[in-house]
Amino acid sequence: MSVIADQLSIQYGQTVAVDQVSFEAQAGQITVLLGPNGAGKTSTIEHLEGYRAASSGSSSVLGLDPITDHHKLTKQVGIMLQQGGIPTAIRPRELLQQYAGFFPASLDPEELLARVGLTSRSKTPYRRLSGGEQQRLSLALALIGKPKVVFLDEPTAGVDLEGRDLIRSLLLTLRQEGVCVLITTHDLAETERLADKVIIIDHGKVIAQGSPSELMSATSSDHLLFGATPNLDCAALSAAVGSQASETSHGEYRVEAPPSPALVAAVTSWLAARNIQLTDLRAERQRLDDVFRRLTDSSDSTDSTDSTGSTDSTDS
Amino acid sequence: MKAIRSQIRTELALSSRQGEQLLVSLGIPLLILVFFSSIDLLPTGTDEPIDFLAPGVLALAVMSTAMVSLGIGTGFERTYGVLKRLGASPLGRGRWVMSKITTVLVIEVIQWVVLISASMLLGWSPPLSGWAAAIAGALLGTAAFSGLGLLMAGTLPGLATLAAANGLYLILLLTGGMIIPLSELPAPIAAVAKLLPAAPLAEIIIGSLTVGGSVASWAWVSLTCWAVIAPLGAALLFRWE
Repeated sequence: MSVIADQLSIQYGQTVAVDQVSFEAQAGQITVLLGPNGAGKTSTIEHLEGYRAASSGSSSVLGLDPITDHHKLTKQVGIMLQQGGIPTAIRPRELLQQYAGFFPASLDPEELLARVGLTSRSKTPYRRLSGGEQQRLSLALALIGKPKVVFLDEPTAGVDLEGRDLIRSLLLTLRQEGVCVLITTHDLAETERLADKVIIIDHGKVIAQGSPSELMSATSSDHLLFGATPNLDCAALSAAVGSQASETSHGEYRVEAPPSPALVAAVTSWLAARNIQLTDLRAERQRLDDVFRRLTDSSDSTDSTDSTGSTDSTDS
Repeated sequence: MKAIRSQIRTELALSSRQGEQLLVSLGIPLLILVFFSSIDLLPTGTDEPIDFLAPGVLALAVMSTAMVSLGIGTGFERTYGVLKRLGASPLGRGRWVMSKITTVLVIEVIQWVVLISASMLLGWSPPLSGWAAAIAGALLGTAAFSGLGLLMAGTLPGLATLAAANGLYLILLLTGGMIIPLSELPAPIAAVAKLLPAAPLAEIIIGSLTVGGSVASWAWVSLTCWAVIAPLGAALLFRWE
């Protein structure tokens, strides 16, 4: 395992920023730390980068301790800070040449400039680059030393659509090359498109983790909704379709199973056999959005990760 | 070695691109040298103003590069997270410090070559025997003023370092015996000035490079203390973020 956090806690004075966080990130995968601002994502990643000591728990990067073995790790780890880190007067080519000089074996700065689409801007001072160009340069800097592990803090923040596509394809290439990529973000769409593994953090705690599809299905939410005559025999329907069916409100029904064509066929033929009128039929697949909102909402109030989502559907 | 070379190249490229740094490191000393040697306004206490001003601006050049340029440059690097980012690279703290020291020394050599050439064109002819002591003084002064510059850079925000370094530069320029001899200052001010690092540096360089001159021992004592205490303070108090 490339990166391991085990019961990791980080405290600033009395404030607990990271609270017993445990997760793993492996080579050849993109792992996303997802959470709202102030959730503890940056503190976690900055601990792994060697900037913040843990107040308790342990962690390892490539089998080494990120704090005490920091200098050894710098040759194998590439990082992108959330902001800054680059002199305002420096030119992109100059910056990449500078950092290339720090590594025994580095990527060719020219080639890297081309990969992040900055060849035509190679002589423009950093302060005159657009926000997206600055982010791409910062990403290039993370890659210059051919790292085995890459830590990227909000890599797509302030980047335009084209830049996002470029960054996404770069990250997918890294994954293919077997690099362990750990990203923080609060961007759900980005996460859904990129992540092999998602760790949702809120108030310093891990509240869920898994692959995007695991997260979306584990929370009971793929289901079929339909409207029909009230007071149907739900027990009979359940038996016929082989999944739990219930009447969630007057004349609104819900079948707890992924809305496959077979399920739809089973439900409609059961209704057809009884000549029951269908008023509407909806297949609902939960998006990561829903999971994220529900989880972060409920961790706000109490610990109740309770049963259902919204079932207050209306007739059309 | 490759890493240090790479870092020094960047440091020098960035320094040469900063207009205000060039102004402080070369513009002001040259201006003082040319202007006050042609117009005898300052009470230099010598027949030819150039005999006092030439070694005086050599001392000034050390102070401006080691304290002002280094302090302000490093202060902004810290504010912009440049040092933080370097901290995650294989460069390492030791090689970063070596690169900074080398950069300061390289710039000082360039300053001295330019200023000495200009002074000689203006008729200055220092005694050859004084150079060893002058260079020793310059090295001690570099240690002392670099320590002060880094102390400010490592403890204050970038803009505060800019203000503090420039303010201190102006005060020490006027009271450090570099362009106005200490003997011309009111006695209490001169007494305090001897305890600060500028006056001993000026005393050593001017005393060594004046025909028939000598260096008072208080200067060596005072400057050596600063050369130890200031870098030590910077090392202990410097915060990287």
